[in-house]
Order: sequence, then C-alpha cells, then structure tokens
Amino acid sequence: MKKLTKLGAVSALSLIIGATSAFAENIKIAFIDPLSGPFASTGTNGLHQFEFAADYLVNQKGGVLGGTNFEVIGFDNKISPKESLIQLQVAIDQGVRYIVQGNSSGVANALTEAVEKHNKRNPDSRVLFLNYAAVDPALTNEKCNFWHFRFDANADLKMDAITDSIVANPDVSKVYLIGQDYSFGKAVAAAANRFLGEKSDTIEIVGDELHPIGKVKDFTPYSRKIVASGANAVITGNWGADMLGLGKSIIENGFEGPIYTYYAAGSGITAAFGESGKGTIRLVGEGKVNPSPSQEVSDYYNAFLAKHPDGNLDQTRIANTIGMLARAIEEAGTADDVVAVASALEGMEYETMFGGKILMRASDHQAIQDLHIFEHTDEDIAFPYDGSTFGVKVINTIEMAGADSPTTCEMKRP
Amino acid sequence: MTDQITTDPSKPAQRMRAGSMSLTVGPWIVAAVALMLMPYIFTSNSALTIMNQMWITVVFALAYNMLLGQGGMLSFGHAVYAGVGGFACMHIMNNSDLFASFPLPVLPIFGGLFGMGLAMIVGAFSTRSAGTVFAMISLGVGELIAACSVIIVAFFGGEEGVSGDRTYAMPFFGNEFLQQIDVYYLTSFWVLLSAILMYLWSRTPVGRMANAVRDNPERAEFLGYSARWVRFYSFVASGFFAGVAGGLFAINYEILTEENLNTASSGVILLVTFLGGVGFFFGPIIGAIVFTLVQTVLSLQTELWAFYAGSLFLATVMFFPGGLAGLMMMHVPVFRLGKMKMLLLPYAKTLIPAAIGILGLCCLVEMTFHYRHAATGDHEMTLFWTTFDSHTLMPWIIAAAITAVGLGIAKMTAPALKEAWDEANTAGGTS
Amino acid sequence: MELILVNIIDGLVTGLLLFMLSAGLTLIFSMMGVLNFAHASFYMLGAYFAYQISIALGFWMGLLIAPLIVGVLGAGVERYGLRRVHQYGHVPELIFTFGLALLIEELVQFIWGKNQMPYNVPEVLNFTAFSIAGNSIPAFKIFMIFISIGIFIGLLYILTKTRVGMIIQAALSYPRTVEALGHNVPLIFMGVFGVGTALAGVAGVIAGPVLGTFPGMAFVLGSIVFVTIVIGGLGSLWGALVASLLIGWMTTFAKSYNIRMSDILNGIGISTPENLDDNIFRDFWTVTSPQIADILPYILMVLILIFRPAGLFGKRES
Repeated sequence: MKKLTKLGAVSALSLIIGATSAFAENIKIAFIDPLSGPFASTGTNGLHQFEFAADYLVNQKGGVLGGTNFEVIGFDNKISPKESLIQLQVAIDQGVRYIVQGNSSGVANALTEAVEKHNKRNPDSRVLFLNYAAVDPALTNEKCNFWHFRFDANADLKMDAITDSIVANPDVSKVYLIGQDYSFGKAVAAAANRFLGEKSDTIEIVGDELHPIGKVKDFTPYSRKIVASGANAVITGNWGADMLGLGKSIIENGFEGPIYTYYAAGSGITAAFGESGKGTIRLVGEGKVNPSPSQEVSDYYNAFLAKHPDGNLDQTRIANTIGMLARAIEEAGTADDVVAVASALEGMEYETMFGGKILMRASDHQAIQDLHIFEHTDEDIAFPYDGSTFGVKVINTIEMAGADSPTTCEMKRP
Repeated sequence: MTDQITTDPSKPAQRMRAGSMSLTVGPWIVAAVALMLMPYIFTSNSALTIMNQMWITVVFALAYNMLLGQGGMLSFGHAVYAGVGGFACMHIMNNSDLFASFPLPVLPIFGGLFGMGLAMIVGAFSTRSAGTVFAMISLGVGELIAACSVIIVAFFGGEEGVSGDRTYAMPFFGNEFLQQIDVYYLTSFWVLLSAILMYLWSRTPVGRMANAVRDNPERAEFLGYSARWVRFYSFVASGFFAGVAGGLFAINYEILTEENLNTASSGVILLVTFLGGVGFFFGPIIGAIVFTLVQTVLSLQTELWAFYAGSLFLATVMFFPGGLAGLMMMHVPVFRLGKMKMLLLPYAKTLIPAAIGILGLCCLVEMTFHYRHAATGDHEMTLFWTTFDSHTLMPWIIAAAITAVGLGIAKMTAPALKEAWDEANTAGGTS
Repeated sequence: MELILVNIIDGLVTGLLLFMLSAGLTLIFSMMGVLNFAHASFYMLGAYFAYQISIALGFWMGLLIAPLIVGVLGAGVERYGLRRVHQYGHVPELIFTFGLALLIEELVQFIWGKNQMPYNVPEVLNFTAFSIAGNSIPAFKIFMIFISIGIFIGLLYILTKTRVGMIIQAALSYPRTVEALGHNVPLIFMGVFGVGTALAGVAGVIAGPVLGTFPGMAFVLGSIVFVTIVIGGLGSLWGALVASLLIGWMTTFAKSYNIRMSDILNGIGISTPENLDDNIFRDFWTVTSPQIADILPYILMVLILIFRPAGLFGKRES
C-alpha cells in the first residue's frame, strides 16, 4: 500500500517537471507572489499587469532578439518565505532565469539571499531577481547583491517625497506616525523621523507607534489617540486590510487632516474608501495615469481595461520592469547569460511612457525616478480604480527623487 | 511498521500484544532503500526540494502524532517547538566559531534539545490535565510565542526572520552541503533515524503507558502510574523531535521566519496528521506526503488547490475517521482471509467511475472559476491537456455529462461493492 | 478624563460584538463538547450575505434575512456533517469544524473574489451621534450596542424563563436524562447550533461595515472567541458577557495608552541597563502596551486555565 502512495507521488512529481519543458523558445519570467490566501487580490492583479505588459510591450512588437517572446508564469508563494523558496527552485528547474516578486519585504529578503546563494553554488543556472514592489531599504543597502534590482522607489525615497510635500503644506504643524510592527513599518517611521527632523524645525511629531501587523480587528483606540493628540496629518506605511481599517477608522472618528501613505489605492481599497477618503488620502508613488501624460499611456491603459475590466493598472513600474528587461536583453544580445543582462541593466537610463526617465543606479541597483504625490478623488479621473468613480490624481511631482541619496551597498560583481 | 497502535480493549488479541520492544526490520530496510533510490528517479533540484520538504513534514507529523495519536493530547500550538528549535539552529549557524567546530549533520540535535527545553517548560504546567484544558493552553502559548516573534527581534529576527549559511560548518567527509542532493541525503538520514527512534519510543513502557493514559487516565492512576508524568514525558519527547524537524528546516531553507511559529503552521500539522490517520504509526507519513504534494504540486496547477485540499480533508474526516492509513488497514483482514481478489472487480466497477465523476466535477468547478474570474476576452482555458472555450455550451455539457454518468454508475454499483465487502470480511465461505 | 469615557464606549462596542459570537459558541461548546472552529466563518458568511442582500433590498432586509440564512446553513452543517462525525468522538468533530472553516474561506473567495467588499454603513445611521472632546461617536456604534444588548436580554429570557430554555439548560448538564424524559435531544442540538451560528451571522452583519468585509475577516477574528468562552467559563452566558467586556476594555485601554515596559520596571525599582542596544533583553525593555494588547487575552486565558480551569463563571472543569 505504501508503495502505491509512493508511486502516486512519483507520477505526480514527474508530471510537473515534465510538463513544462515543451516551450523552450520563450524567455520565461517567474512571477512569485501570493495567488491564493488573504493577499491574493494584490498578487493576482500584479500577475495580470505583468502578463499584459509582456504581451503588449514586447510580444506584440515582435519580441526581443529578433522574435523571442516573453512568457510570464505565475507561481503561488502564499506569501510564505518557505513556499517562495520551493517555488524558486521549481521555477529554476523549468528554465526560468528571471524572477519577479514584490509583495512583502520579508519574502523579498528571503528570496534575495536564496538567489545569491543559488548563483554562488550553481553558476550554470544563475537567475536575476527583479523586485518590483518590496521597498525595505535594506535590500539596496546592507543586503544588496549583484542579482537584485529594484524598480520601485524604496521606502526612504518615498518618505523623502512625502516629507517634502508635508513641509510645503502650511496647514500641517503636528504629525502622527503609525505603522505595522515589522521591518517595513519601522523603516517608514525611522525615515519620517529623520526627514522631518532635517527639513523642518516647526513640525512636531506628536505620536510614533506601531501596531501588530494583520491582527488588529478594530482601529478605534488608535484613531482616538490620533485625534486626542491634536495631530493635523498622519503618516502611515500600512497596506491591505490594515490600511483600509486604519484609514476608515481615523476618518470616522473625526480626524480631518490629510493621511499620507504608500499603499491606499487599488485592490478594492479605493472603492471601499469611496467618498469618505476624498481629500484625505494622499499617496506617494511613481508613474502618473491621471491626468494621462500621453496618448500612449491612455492606449495602454484602455487595452488593459479591455482585457481586465475590473482590474487596475496601479503599478506602472511593472511596465517599466518589462520594458527595461527587454532593452537589457537586446543590449546584452542574449537572454541566457544573466551576468551580461545584469550588466546592461546597471546604469541604464530608460525613457518611460509615464513621463520622465528612470535611472537604474549602478551602485546599489535602485531605480531612481520621478515620484508623485497623489490624491484620492473622483474629480478629473480618466482612469478610476476598482470599477468605482474614484482614482488617484497627481498633485505634486518630485523629479528624479533621491538621485543623490546615500547607500551603504558594497556591490560585489562576479 | 504497520502495527496498529490503537489498543481497542474490546479486542482481546490486541490487548495481549502490547509491550514488546521488538522492531521488525523488514519495512525499515525497504524505507531506507526507497529513500536512497528516490534521487535516481527524480533527478531535478525541485523534486529534491519538494522531497526534502516532505521528509521534514514527516518528522514533524510523527512527532505531533506522539501527542495526538499516542497520548490523546490535542495541541494547537505545536509549531512553536519546531520553530524554536529551528531558530536556535539558525543562531548556531550564525555563530561561526561554534558552527565550524562540528559537522552539519549534527545540527538537528541542537534543534531537538532546544525544542525539548521549551517543551519541558511549557509541559510543566500544561500537561496537568488533558482534553480541552491542554488544548487551550497549547493554543494560548502558541499565540504568545508567535506574537513574541515580531516583538523579540533579538532572537526571532522580526518579520524578515533569521537567515544563515549552512556551508560554513565543518566539512563532513569533505562535503560542504552545497547542492540539494547532499542536503537530501542528510534529511533522509534524519527522517529514518527519527522515525525509528519514535517507533521504538512507542514500544517502551512509557510509550505504552501513554496509550493507557489516553484511553483511561483513571485506571492508569490505579495501576500506580502518574497520568500527568506520563503525559509530560510524551510531550517532552514530542518536543524533541519537533525541534529536530525545525533543525532540518533550518538546514534546508537557511532561513526561519515568523511563519514557522504561527498558528497556521500549527493548524497545518494537525490537518496533515489527521489526514494520514492518527491510529497508526505510519499514518502521519502518508499524510505528510499527500499534503506536501497537494500544497506544492497541485498549487502549481490550479489556484483552487486550497479548495480541493479542504474538500479532501472534510471528506476524510466525515467518511474515513481513521485517515488514509485507516482506509488501507481496513483491507488487512480481507488480505489475511485471502479474499482480496473478490474485491478487485467491485472496486474497479465503483471507484473508476467515481474517480471520473469527481474529475468531471473538478472540471465544472474550474470552468466556473474561469468563467467568473478570468480576463475578459480570455475565453480559452486548458484542462487535462484539452484547450477549449469556456464561454460556449459544449464543454459544460460534456463535463456535466461525465460527472453525472461517473457518479451515477458509482452510485449504482455501490450496493454491490458493499455486499462484496461484507462477503470478503466474513471468514470461511468460498475460500 | 474625556478620553477614558470614549474608551469605555469603544471597549463596550468591541466587547459586545465579541459577546454575540461567544454567546452562541459557549452554548454549542457546553452542549455538544465541540470547539466550533468554523464559528468565525459563519460570522463572515453573515457579512457577505448581508452585503449581497443590501445591494438588492437595502441594509435592513440584510439584517433580517442574512442571519436566518446563516442559521439554516448552520443547522444543516450540524444535521448532515457534525452529527455524522459525532460518533467518532470529539477530536474528529473539532477537526471537522477546522476543515469547514478552511472550506468556507475558499468558497467565499470563489464566489465573491478576494477583494474587500464595499459594504457600508446605511445612510440613516451614517452620522455622528455625539462627540466627546473632539472624538466623535458614530451613530452606528450606538446602534451596535443596542442590538447586542437586545440580543443578550432576549437570550437570557429564553434560557431562564421559557420551557425551551429549561430543556436546553437541562440538556446542557444531563443530556441522557433529558432524552429519557422523551425530548428529542438531537433536535435540540440542531436548534442550538442553528441559533448559535445565526447569532454569529448577526454579528457579521453589523460588524461588516465597520471592520471590513473581506475573506480574511474570519481569520483576523481568529481564536479570540474561544479565549473568551474559556475565560468566562463554558456554558455560562453571564461568563461569556463578562469575559467579552473584560477583553474589550482590556485591549482598548492597552491600545489607548502607551505604557512602556521600561516605565513599569523603573517604577518598581529596576533601573534601565546601560547600553540598551547591545542588551539581549532590549526588546523586552522597549515593549509598549499597544504592541501586546492583542495577546493580553491569551495571557489571561493561560493564567486562568492554570489557576481556575473552570473559568470565571463556569461550574465544571472544561
């Protein structure tokens, strides 16, 4: 009987490994992010954007290297570091040389180390890790390595932009910091403290605290403290249900100032905030769609909507990631030698269709790009999110944000 | 290896058998050879990774079953013992002087010792009673330690966890464990060793008394055994092997995070153990293999893997409370009576249509999911190597027909199967 | 001072919401011995059904119909699932509900997708009832308080003053005797399970707009419901109420005031060690009360189980 079970296991194992070797011509990109579980909506939407970007920007234009197509394969990591490492191994065995991941800096930390060890131990099957959304500054500072590239601005760069906007706002004199109790939340708080201290003598930080991540059922006690502190602006790095819960609770309990944040758009959050978030929610991010910077962007967005009517194109950096990878492969003249591709990506200057250019800084593999402060509103929104009438509109732009920001990275090149 | 551990007092034959410390060598040799040969059948690194994950789950599930199956203690927080053992191993890995002084295969022992240490502390107060009190204390302690993992950054590393590099250990006969295959053999060695030790433990007087305390603590007390201390010893031993599993995890993944401690992991190991069957020593082994395959392999094929896993699990609990192992062992009496042949045809008549019907049902589920959630204009979907348009009527009719016919035939032939089963289980008769 | 009053109200809302869940669970647990892990899933189903109904018929019909559907579903689960598993013993029963919780979460994602649902407070109640020193108390929270108190009084009346309540109470302690007297105990079990899950459904309907309606909402609530009934004492309605309020206020106050571990330790005469950054206990010294607010109930539960296993109001050991 036991042998029977083993036989079943045997056939199942050989199935997965055999099934995928048929399409050898495509350049495979493994998308390792949550596709099931509580964070699945963000992951699935990201996968759709990658598939669309690869199809629209590369395959429909004839591919790279004279006709080779990109193929994005989704791997469900269930937002678990352990599963991510298993899926990484499966992806590598399927001939994938490019890994994209973004949700959760914890997973990104695990992946970047695993990729570094893998590349050291298996020089024949090296892979690149293209990080499109994990913004823990450590990834391009003390934990940086040659194989990791970040296409999103890190938490420090974004906080730099947020604090610029706060200092320029004469209504803000007292700021309250609140965030999730983990590496990213702490990085946000530390950066906010540092930048506000450097940039202004008059703005006072009246609260600085962390709450357990993903465990808070009711944010009312926190919002009471915020209101009681007399703060007229809130900074938070919260995302997902924690962002929605905190934001709704703060607004509901009588807070009237702006809430500056990173992730309060798309994935159902824009629709759920609706009218109540208008004029309150301010976000930082790259790539503007409202107002649309060019006809090219409008076409791109409309084509995406035609395919995914309920979807959001809320991560424009995904298009940049695909575009820059395609150019690096063209420049390197090969997709198999990832060292050559990585060298081509290093220091690349890329004109993005969303306006401005992107510089992949060679010293730490951090993309330097224009950052915008957005406002959650339903006015002048050409491309709303979540099938609602609300979306985000640019109110402020910082060009090439943090181009001279320091890094502690000591890049070791092979 | 297939001895039934559950002693059913109503069956005199089983009462008589308890107490022997003998070890049947046969199954273990088969297991060892199988472990050795597996990498020759599956050569790819991902297969090795998946198998490593399987063996780690096997050790952990067997350790868990020392509590649940053999001791009758339901724990909702057993992941913390594996997790703490693993974290301890990570810290040893990062302490380069200490780590360089012994070879890597020794490391899981330290994991075991730390898991055991924690189990001794918690067990001191939690094993005073079994049942709900024990279960709720384990839940509380599990939540506490999981919550500590993001607060006490010095030991647990916060959300990003603690990572290290296994290759800095003292080379083991020149091997630095650079490749997956090296790690595979290390893990296989430990899974075999732990399984043998745990099996022997279940044969010791303490292991036997654990069964007695599970079934009737009062009588065990009358016999002069302290039910509490028997539970305590089981708990500590279980903590040791859970810690070994944690140490193996540390070697395999070179990183431990909060997920190794949280209640979801504790819940998963409960599911794994129960799915395999708590009544038999080898039950958790089957559970671990099946669950890892579902979680890792099925999730590559479909987003709905958790849905299927949940359904499989519910069906097991409702219809085969003995788990998969129990299902297999149901056939032992038939086999002994030499009437297995009588069952083959009825089985084929019922199970093959049933399987086809269930696959048809899965097709319907997948098609509904695709219809509702796929991109607009993306009407094409592929199921079982067939590509079709999910927005036309034909595939639905086919899938529905397959389901109806398959399940219909199964339902029709089920009474005959039942008859054959009863017949086969009756001694004497035609044979 | 005003803040204390505000916190008392907030804690009351949290506590009463918890009570609606634990009231049903404590009855189910003490009667059938089942730790119903799927209880929070029925709470989630309540919210989703109410959202779906509120699109077509408005919030109030949702409040009326959704709990009924949840209750019928709950009774069905008891009749066709649990009763079957019951014969195998308590552990399989518990594991059945565990699997059911997983399956319900998957089903909800299958039907409604993975995003947060835009289920909002009805317009009639979407205003500020009153405010205390700048802290506004939304009318919906007052509404929640009234609903839960109403349910508590209703339950108490049914359990202590009616014939059905008497039979249920008797079945709690002596199921066999009650059966011998000619009452249909399985029917009582089914009824209690249905009513218990319906109560969870009510909680979902009124909590959904405030706490969010998403597939993880059952998981976020997690095992805190069991903690409540264990602290309160199994089978005791009063115990469930007291424990719910205790947990509600405890967590609310712990989150509202930043009490630092170093302040407490300094207060009792232990001075902060120098070079805190290198100290292995550095994390312990910097713990603040909001960080540990959500695990305080677990600490309380472990302590209660060690020193008073019957719980605060329980009559028998669990």
